[in-house]
Amino acid sequence: MKTNFYNTPKSQTMIWNPNKECMSRDEMSELQGRRLHKIVDYVYHHVPFYRNKLQSMDLTPDDIRTIDDITKLPFTTKQDLRDNYPFGLQAAPQSEIIRIHASSGTTGNPTIVGYTRKDIGIWNECMARSLTAYGVGRDDIFSVSYGYGLFTGGLGAHNGVETIGAAVVPASTGNTEKHAKLIRDLGITGIACTPSYALYLAETMEKMGITKEQTRLRIGAFGAEPWTEQMRTEIQERLGLKGYNLYGLSEIMGPSVSYECVCQHGSHINEDHFYPEIINPQTLERLPDGETGELVFTTLTKEGMPVLRYRTRDLCSILPGQCSCGRTSVRMGRIAGRSDDMLIIRGINVFPSQVESVVLSSPEFAPRYMLIVDRVNNLDTLLVQVELRQEVFTSTFDTPTAINKLEQHLAAKLKSVLSIGAKVQIKAPNTIERSQGKSAHVIDKRQM
Amino acid sequence: MTINQLSVFLENTTGTLVQVLKLLKQANIQLISTTIAETAEYGILRIICAEPLRACAELKKAGVAVALSDVFALQLDNRPGCAADVVEQFSQAGIGITYIYTFLLRGNGILIFRTDNTELARQTIVEGHLPYISEHDLAAWA
Repeated sequence: MKTNFYNTPKSQTMIWNPNKECMSRDEMSELQGRRLHKIVDYVYHHVPFYRNKLQSMDLTPDDIRTIDDITKLPFTTKQDLRDNYPFGLQAAPQSEIIRIHASSGTTGNPTIVGYTRKDIGIWNECMARSLTAYGVGRDDIFSVSYGYGLFTGGLGAHNGVETIGAAVVPASTGNTEKHAKLIRDLGITGIACTPSYALYLAETMEKMGITKEQTRLRIGAFGAEPWTEQMRTEIQERLGLKGYNLYGLSEIMGPSVSYECVCQHGSHINEDHFYPEIINPQTLERLPDGETGELVFTTLTKEGMPVLRYRTRDLCSILPGQCSCGRTSVRMGRIAGRSDDMLIIRGINVFPSQVESVVLSSPEFAPRYMLIVDRVNNLDTLLVQVELRQEVFTSTFDTPTAINKLEQHLAAKLKSVLSIGAKVQIKAPNTIERSQGKSAHVIDKRQM
Repeated sequence: MTINQLSVFLENTTGTLVQVLKLLKQANIQLISTTIAETAEYGILRIICAEPLRACAELKKAGVAVALSDVFALQLDNRPGCAADVVEQFSQAGIGITYIYTFLLRGNGILIFRTDNTELARQTIVEGHLPYISEHDLAAWA
């Protein structure tokens, strides 16, 4: 029998670390200011990239005393991370690094993030705050269906569940039918996955004849891709749980940079560790609360790879006012889009330029391509169209078998660069429109 | 011993076939036989025609992905089992048939095929005294 756990009154809302999550605003600013000075001092002395930048701006760590001084600091971009591949921005000595994650990069070089033991501890703390805010406790059985591996989602969520003392089921992705069976048979109460995977799971369960009443599911931690309020309603209805946003990016930490609470209205930022700003992506000026712009984070406590004013390219706003859950931390609204051309497909960052680099290095094809992103049965699909060069089409290619081999060869190359599978479609010469600008290479048919 | 077949890469969408056929019409090329090996997204149109070299050049000029493929043409007796007897000789020689099609020309059954080993196929035809047709013969009949 399913119990309505989520009708628990708000007064019983659990908070993992009230000392930090409910700090007065003045105390928080004071703490952030102290930590900012410390982190600037740390990178100044450990990361030549930042020392050079600060020196060229005639800044020393002593110029950064309060959190408001942050606007004096330079920005860090994805390009900076790429230029310093793999360990150029690492501040801690290699002997202190205990884990290395990698996220997709735009030109084949992934972004490498090393974590010290302290970093992993802070990450676990932040995940624990998130899960507790969703209502997860020691009695829960929680399955993690983010991919385990280089991607931060799987291990990040996994450690968080263990930190609060719930039982973690490391389901990862794939084998959805087995997962559905375990959800019913083990009485799994919570799940962490992408929202599109949640819908796919719901569909699989429906096909298998597993009803939501046969499960004990009550909590979903959904993130790694943008989703809408309509998707939330649908997932909640079909799986019989409450779905909460979980935001993060590996450059800053991983999942749990911010998290929703039972109010489901904005995601609380772990701002004692990750200081948020919203800027105008053109003028780089800081925007007031409530206005939508590019989200920028400074890691206040990170040892492995601290970043100053990292431009996430995610567009959102900081919600004005305080949440009624009791937490005083600021909340960010839904991600409204991207300030660059990055696509998020099955939770993985995909840049059209990655596809471009593969197509340009394949002499069989003209330097033109089209990405068609769609969502079929709640799973994202990526179709890459390329143009066969007229002079390449010789008698060697006069069978579908030979053309199919060309497609498969390109698909394998794309998969190794993008980390996700793409279907390749070879088109006749001069059939793909010569596009103006980058976005013309992409057709996103997903209904968001 | 082989003849030239035009192979054309076409997308499997309405209008692509007629575009190629119209180009051949404008060049006054006489078709002898055509067939398509198609998939959901594209097809390979195979054409036996008079003046294949000129036809290929005309299509290339128009930007079409076209190639000349060396294929064999054998004349078949008009009796049941003739194709089986011919193909068996290639199989026994260890030759794979990549694709095959037949048509009638002036009452003569013609078997067109491509193999994965052109040299060995030549040898098999010579040793088996198989009645192959040259491009010249085909053009004369067309």
